Amino acid sequence: MTGTRGAVTFEGVRKEFGSFTAIPELDLAIAPGELVTLLGPSGCGKTTTLRMLAGLETPTAGRILIGGQDVTRLPADRRDVSMVFQSYALFPHMSVAQNVAYGLESGGMARREARGAAEKGLDLVGLSGMGGRLPSELSGGQQQRVAVARALVLEPQVLLLDEPLSNLDARLRRRVRTEIRELQQRLGFTAVYVTHDQEEALAVSDRIVVMKDGRIAQQGTPRELYDSPASEFIADFIGEANVLPCEVESVSGGTATVAVGGLRQPVPAREAAPGPARLAVRANAITLTPGAGAFAGRIASAAYLGDHVEYEVETDLGRLFVLDAEAVEPLATGASVALGFRARGLALIA
Amino acid sequence: MIRDDRRLDFMLLLGAAGLVVLPWYRIRGGFFGFGWLGDWLSDDRLWPGLAQLFPDRWWLWPIPLLLLAALALRLTLPPSRRGRGLVLIGAAGLGWMLVEGLSVGLRGWNWGLLEATFGEVEGQQAYGAGAIVTALAFAGLIAAGLAERGALKGDAFVIGAIGLLVLLVATFVLYPIVSMFTGAFQDYDGSFTAEGVAKNIGDPNIWGLGCLTGGRCGVAWRTFTLAICTATGTTLLGLAFALVATRTRVPFKKGLRLLTVLPIITPPFVIGLALTLMLGRAGFVTTFIEDTTGWTLGRWLYGLPGIWIAQMLSFTPIAFLVLIGVVEGVSPSMEEASQTMRAGRWRTFRKVSLPLMAPGLANAFLIGFIESMADFGNPLVLGGSGGVLSTEIFFAVVGAQHDPARAAVLATVLLGFTLSAFLAQRLWLGRRNFATVSGKGDGGRPALLPRRVAWPVGVVVALWAAFTLFVYGLILFGGFVQTWGLDHSFTLEHYARAFSVDLSDGIAWTGVAWKSFWTTMEIALIAAPLTAAVGLLTAWLIVRQRFPGRGIFEFALMMSFAIPGTVIGISYVMAFNLPPIQMTGTAAILIFCFVFRNMPVGVRGGVAAMSQLDPSLDEASLTLGASSPRTLRRVILPLLRPAILAALVYSFVRAITSISAVIFLVSAKYNMATAYIVGLVENGEYGIAIAYSSVLILVMIAVIGGFQLLVGDRQLRRREARAAAARRTEEVPA
Repeated sequence: MTGTRGAVTFEGVRKEFGSFTAIPELDLAIAPGELVTLLGPSGCGKTTTLRMLAGLETPTAGRILIGGQDVTRLPADRRDVSMVFQSYALFPHMSVAQNVAYGLESGGMARREARGAAEKGLDLVGLSGMGGRLPSELSGGQQQRVAVARALVLEPQVLLLDEPLSNLDARLRRRVRTEIRELQQRLGFTAVYVTHDQEEALAVSDRIVVMKDGRIAQQGTPRELYDSPASEFIADFIGEANVLPCEVESVSGGTATVAVGGLRQPVPAREAAPGPARLAVRANAITLTPGAGAFAGRIASAAYLGDHVEYEVETDLGRLFVLDAEAVEPLATGASVALGFRARGLALIA
Repeated sequence: MIRDDRRLDFMLLLGAAGLVVLPWYRIRGGFFGFGWLGDWLSDDRLWPGLAQLFPDRWWLWPIPLLLLAALALRLTLPPSRRGRGLVLIGAAGLGWMLVEGLSVGLRGWNWGLLEATFGEVEGQQAYGAGAIVTALAFAGLIAAGLAERGALKGDAFVIGAIGLLVLLVATFVLYPIVSMFTGAFQDYDGSFTAEGVAKNIGDPNIWGLGCLTGGRCGVAWRTFTLAICTATGTTLLGLAFALVATRTRVPFKKGLRLLTVLPIITPPFVIGLALTLMLGRAGFVTTFIEDTTGWTLGRWLYGLPGIWIAQMLSFTPIAFLVLIGVVEGVSPSMEEASQTMRAGRWRTFRKVSLPLMAPGLANAFLIGFIESMADFGNPLVLGGSGGVLSTEIFFAVVGAQHDPARAAVLATVLLGFTLSAFLAQRLWLGRRNFATVSGKGDGGRPALLPRRVAWPVGVVVALWAAFTLFVYGLILFGGFVQTWGLDHSFTLEHYARAFSVDLSDGIAWTGVAWKSFWTTMEIALIAAPLTAAVGLLTAWLIVRQRFPGRGIFEFALMMSFAIPGTVIGISYVMAFNLPPIQMTGTAAILIFCFVFRNMPVGVRGGVAAMSQLDPSLDEASLTLGASSPRTLRRVILPLLRPAILAALVYSFVRAITSISAVIFLVSAKYNMATAYIVGLVENGEYGIAIAYSSVLILVMIAVIGGFQLLVGDRQLRRREARAAAARRTEEVPA
């Protein structure tokens, strides 16, 4: 089985809670050493999926395989996975070292040996010498790293992370996610990462699986999802796009020419055919010029955010969200503007 | 998979041990005396189940056969394919043991119909160690089978725990109640008869409405009226106390809180006793009034008025305890919101605060109602000729009339009242559950009471608190006077008679109270940890595990809170006096009675404490490879220490003070303090009774005080740790 160590497979997995179907049918394969993010709005089934993998929920139907072994009916304590919880779930009555050694001792390792391994685990996350403290004596970021160390010392086939950064402040979040990604690359374990924050998903993942209503809406590398969203939902969920109605006029050599809002714009064709379509336009792919133009609008509101300005622009196609990172002086509310498109950040949606 | 096999092997071994090694039937001298070991081979009453087959007990055959079938499954099929079979075998085994145990009694078949069909058979004793172990093995087979089928995430421990609890609750709560019902329909020889029920159910002494026309009402109506009055009174007074404690600037608020401890530590008839000595026919207040005014006050105290006053004194603190939580639970921001909308204090109180408290008031009312219905001690002392249901039940069993059918009917009526009240409250509450305490930090202070409410409420509370203190003072005082009401000279004689110790020849406990005192301590000490364990295990299952029927399970448990102690006592007598389970006259029946009577409180405490623990702590432990028992032991229990201590203390104290159920179950060998004191009261030995009660109260105060010190100390240390942590994190920026 060493060849498939760390591989994860969901085969036709279904999960019902009473009369509510959380996951109708899920098929998903994760390669060894891959970091896969389950991304989606709350209630989309991403946490349920993770908990089924951990053994904290039992699927109603289907099979789950870890490392080639069917674990569908295996209780959580007998699965070769470990989990980092959203609340960290550090045992408040045990010291940091006891927390990290807990899983090793549960597995039957002698106390002394387990303490040694725990110390190494703490080294790994940069907390050497903190083993004697209680979790309540650590900062949020330190607690988070203890939770990671506690899961990692077991050398599981798969590491599960359930919104691991949601209790950290924004600045710390960026640093810790880089640390987690570095650890994963260095040690080469498989990781499944649940989050509702698309930026976090884009930053850490090998592959993102976007879920909606218990189904996979789209999966792919961060780049694929950002550049070619398969649906309006994906376009909006990943990187907040404006979705505009448009007309594909012609397709040639991988480039389609579309008419949108009085402008004519070349975009990557994907599988588009001439006819009515929808165009996802990133907020930073719209340019605003004071004055009149073919695609005209009026500034409905403007918010100055330091390094960029956010606008709501009223147009014939509805209200658009525009982000201008180059503005020196924000445009005034009520000003008339001409809208244009940049080359990147536009995608046709089937 | 090896683990599945090992688990199953253990269950099979257990079954084999029960069937082949241990004595199948009950041993008269007691199993744990181990006196039976010597005669194990020679005496056929001590033989194990397998040997019992041969003196013609053919109805035991299915049991070894089913165990063999399970063994066959174990040897031929892998775990994934035998689960269903194991469940069926286990269920069949338990079912069969139930059927044969109920069918074959001491002298053969229990029912004529069976005897006619199968011919006469030799009788059998009650189940003993062997049968109980075998039954547990069958239950274990069900659990193992379900786990192998992947039920409850394949956690055999959780399934086993649920199975064990269901088995215990069925045996010690449901079976007695059912036995009580059937007992009402049985003749002396056990055959069916409706005569007793027919005679009793229409008895005007129970249901008569004569008081409307100037005569006497039936005992059911009297009890009901009393319960309504007590519930109303205690709720109003409790609310008054709660409002004064939280919403006025009255000093001594801490002292008010101390009042809440009183009912827990007071043996139930003590207040009745004190009232008799004060207001009874020869009470000193009565004598004083009669002497100074020349009126004749007579026996007004004996009957409903006296019981009502005693119950008000006994149960107001309980209502206060419930309502102080309710009153504090009304979020100040609601009231502040109301005041900013130009409602004055009075309008705010009437339109916002009171309606928000309504569910809590209903809860306090229900508790008062049930406590009053279930109260046994006060009516026993003060009932006079007009008793209530609980005392009537008692006299139907122990009195000259000895009429078990009447006791069963009365107990059913009593149970009917309390359960209806419980269900009615649940229905009413269903729509009205205001969660007024949000998780968000609520600022603001509770609004003070409007002046026109504060004054009358304050006066009432002060008077009542003074009255309560006076009554308790009397109890202490009464132990030190010669003869209450006649001769008030100081004496230590009562204490000497009750608690004298002779040191001349080692320690000899010569006082009359010692025997029942040590029995009480022993039984309370055994029952307390069992109660806490069963209660907290149940709480853990209810809060943390999702299993089919969980809602019903929880509901049934909470409902058992509404079963009056008298009903439990009478039902235990009826259920456990004859095979298949025979325990009357033992210490075990007292212990089981306490465990299942006090369990609901342990469950409530456990549920409350466990709901505050982040569920991901359990899950983290599981995903770190710790099994459920290890999780429970290493993570949950250490974090629940205060709740465990509280459950321990509560069940210990309750085991000492309870009387209603106990009085049916005590025996000459195992007499409890309260039952002994009641005997003293009946003999008119008030002095010793009061001295003994005072000692009990002091013992319990010591226990509770020690517990407070323990927990308080713990919290202090935690706070220090947190302060230290705060300092350290400041030094080491993250």
